[in-house]
Amino acid sequence: MSTESAPGPQSGVAQDLQQTPRVAVSALVTNLREYGLILALIAIMVFFQFTTSGTLFKPVNLSNLVQQNSFIIVMALGMLLVIVSGHIDLSVGSVAGFIGALAAMMMVIWPLGPLSNPLVVSIICLIVGGAIGAAQGYWIAYHRIPSFIVTLAGMLIFRGICQALLGGGSSVGPLPDGFKALSSGFIPDVIGSLTLIPPVVNAAGKTIVGSGLTLHMTTIVIGLVAVLVYAYFGLRARRSRERHGYEAEPFSLFVIKTLVTSALALFLVYQFATYRGLPIVLMVMGVLIALFVFVTKRMTIGRRIYAMGGNAKAAQLSGIKTERLTLMVFINMGVLSALGGLIIAARLGQAVPAAGLGSELDVIAAVFIGGASAMGGVGQVIGAVVGGFIMGVMNNGMSIMGVNVDWQQVVKGLVLLGAVVFDVYNKNKG
Amino acid sequence: MTSTILEMRDITKTFPGVKALSNVNLRVEEGEIHAVVGENGAGKSTLMKVLSGVYASGTYDGAIVYRGEECHFKGIHDSEHKGIVIIHQELALVPMLSITENIFLGNEHARYGVIDWDANETRTSALLKKVGLKEDPKTLITNIGVGKQQLVEIAKALSKEVKLLILDEPTASLSEKDSQALLDLLLEFKRQGITSILISHKLNEVNRVADKVTIIRDGRTIETLAKKDISEDRIITSMVGRSLDDRYPPREPKIGEVVLQVKNWSVYHPIHAERQVIKGIDIDVRKGEVVGIAGLMGAGRTEFAMSLFGRSYGRHISGEVLLKGKPIDVSSVSKAVEHGIAYVTEDRKTYGLNLIDHIKHNITLANLGGVSRHSVIDDMRELAVANEYKAKTNIRSSSVYQMTGNLSGGNQQKVVLSKWLFANPEVLILDEPTRGIDVGAKYEIYTIIARLASEGKAIIVISSEMPELLGITDRIYVMNEGRIVGEMAASDASQEKIMRAIVRGEGKAS
Repeated sequence: MSTESAPGPQSGVAQDLQQTPRVAVSALVTNLREYGLILALIAIMVFFQFTTSGTLFKPVNLSNLVQQNSFIIVMALGMLLVIVSGHIDLSVGSVAGFIGALAAMMMVIWPLGPLSNPLVVSIICLIVGGAIGAAQGYWIAYHRIPSFIVTLAGMLIFRGICQALLGGGSSVGPLPDGFKALSSGFIPDVIGSLTLIPPVVNAAGKTIVGSGLTLHMTTIVIGLVAVLVYAYFGLRARRSRERHGYEAEPFSLFVIKTLVTSALALFLVYQFATYRGLPIVLMVMGVLIALFVFVTKRMTIGRRIYAMGGNAKAAQLSGIKTERLTLMVFINMGVLSALGGLIIAARLGQAVPAAGLGSELDVIAAVFIGGASAMGGVGQVIGAVVGGFIMGVMNNGMSIMGVNVDWQQVVKGLVLLGAVVFDVYNKNKG
Repeated sequence: MTSTILEMRDITKTFPGVKALSNVNLRVEEGEIHAVVGENGAGKSTLMKVLSGVYASGTYDGAIVYRGEECHFKGIHDSEHKGIVIIHQELALVPMLSITENIFLGNEHARYGVIDWDANETRTSALLKKVGLKEDPKTLITNIGVGKQQLVEIAKALSKEVKLLILDEPTASLSEKDSQALLDLLLEFKRQGITSILISHKLNEVNRVADKVTIIRDGRTIETLAKKDISEDRIITSMVGRSLDDRYPPREPKIGEVVLQVKNWSVYHPIHAERQVIKGIDIDVRKGEVVGIAGLMGAGRTEFAMSLFGRSYGRHISGEVLLKGKPIDVSSVSKAVEHGIAYVTEDRKTYGLNLIDHIKHNITLANLGGVSRHSVIDDMRELAVANEYKAKTNIRSSSVYQMTGNLSGGNQQKVVLSKWLFANPEVLILDEPTRGIDVGAKYEIYTIIARLASEGKAIIVISSEMPELLGITDRIYVMNEGRIVGEMAASDASQEKIMRAIVRGEGKAS
């Protein structure tokens, strides 16, 4: 999942090269903050696995979970950069709603001929999203209007346009199947399925559900390749450090980390494979996450965004064009909001006036739960993704448990507060 | 006869992993000005925080005896109640409130929560008179200069019936004139019976006003000198633990052809468009030469440097910049950097460093291209570069992964210098490179400057400390009110000559 090779601030401190278990444990403790979030996610998952009597990890539910929450995570990737650069974007929910409405109008209502093809519409919508981001970013970057105000205005404007476009309170649909596949589709099994246990056929000639275990082999292969690539990059980064004469983290810790991550990933992949394979939207999300990890960790533009968020004046005097960079961060946010809007519309199969309503808060919460600082300059892509999944798992788990929607909000609010308090407490202690 | 007003006995304060103070003793007599000096990180500020109750009683060992009784301060409120007031380096004033509102903040004359502004303003006027500040009490803090703000802080202290006034680096950001006025004020307070503790880096000030000097090094008291024993050399020796025979490293200048030439440079104020801040400046720097720009605060030196560096200051900028005889475009910071100009700011915390990131990322920031290919950063190359410059400029830290916000002033300055050295400039403009840095680190910075010059860089040093300019430069321009009012070889310059040029220039400018 990550090509990360830069050690955290703590792990760079000289460590004993001797790979005794004690060293591994102490390294684990120093890196606890890094892993704490993932451990929290696992704990929450295990908790709901019990309270929902095993429903959470059911393949069908995992697919649902991904399909319901992917738009939050996609938008959180953009929001992370916005927040790291020291800004905020309140308009993402409205922009997503507007783009969903625009897409529906183009595909269903307006006589656009070949232009109403789902792929063409999607591309146009992403460009429109980028333009919206540019329009908002222009005021923020070049006129120094606070982003809170600009995007609050955007939130009102685009919700209004969304509703006007749909002609008051009505919804527009149904959307074509080819478009809906973005959210509800699964990758095709090009290799073919593998039947582990021959299905038992009853007297009527029908398969008894559950008695046959068929695996979606393409999914299995993708999962295995992903795990191998992950391990390969991890090893390569270690080699590189050692070759340059720097100490890497203890080998035992590295092995444990890689094994646990891989086992977890393979378990989830296996669950998907027993159902209908990997959801398309999960693949889109996975590619985006990898891309954003790479951009923030390894590319100069990512480094510049962090520097700008940490100290804009110093960044500017170091030759960084902070205005243009801010504009780009908001264009990126606009494109991802548009993608989020398309995913929502595809999942619902229609455009509704309330699509994405209030989702900006979920997105912002995901980024803050993931450890980003409201002051800018601090935050990790993986953190925001895990934060998004924590929100998603809680939504999903509580819904299955039958917790009232009102109380779900209370719990989510408490988790947000708790996560940030924990983070601040930890930082002050460290 | 004098009596002891304050005695701090065997103060020991430990932070996780560090012993900040060990058995520090400080004895202050009633009515004296007692200077506390030491390198950055020696523990002066920690000691004052212990005294004022920022570190509550119980978190340290040792005793504080104030006016004959042992005190256990739980917070700043306790110590202020007893008349101990500390004025921090970073002023704690609210910019958008008036002088009166600031002076009585949290302490307003009020009845049932309703503030009696007339009473407050009358008292403010009286206090301002005492500190010699001629300003309307209704003036907003943001509209007065740093020097006057410092006076407001002192007036605020007086309003609390101060008996023991502690000033932490009060003149660090003041001009020569304001500093003198402040020191005179301290002497005036002394006549009125107020005891002061002065924390300072500027030994000439200490020399001038202090009755006693206590020197702290590495969290220990080294010695306390009485007035008759105070000398700069003695203090420096105690501060650094070795004698600094020469405060400036020796160098043999090898001066080559002209590298940078600025012609008829003019800049207008960014807000008050009719005000011309820089008035037709011509300067040049040669290869391997260190050129100083002297002047008082407000002479326009920083404004000149920043306007030159990618128009980072001012507007309606006109004039010509030539690099090795060819005109160059310096209209943005990145263009200036591309042409090999680097500017190290005077305020490293606000303009120089990303304090929440580590040394490695700060060093490569101005030249990310140097550690990346196709915009992808090579982590190992970056680490190697960071370690190389850490060694070159002698940055003291556990590793290059230490946050720059946790470094001392001197080491922060070395990080900023490293950043610009890695950008490999031909012309390096250093703005107050040793401000707020202790004596030992200053010497290291001078050594780096000397080495860069010997490597053939052209260097411009802006400094308010005249001995420093005389010690490290080859040629000095004197600036006043936006003009160059004098130029002299360092070998035949003196503080007196520089001051004379400024004074003469003042007449010319008006």
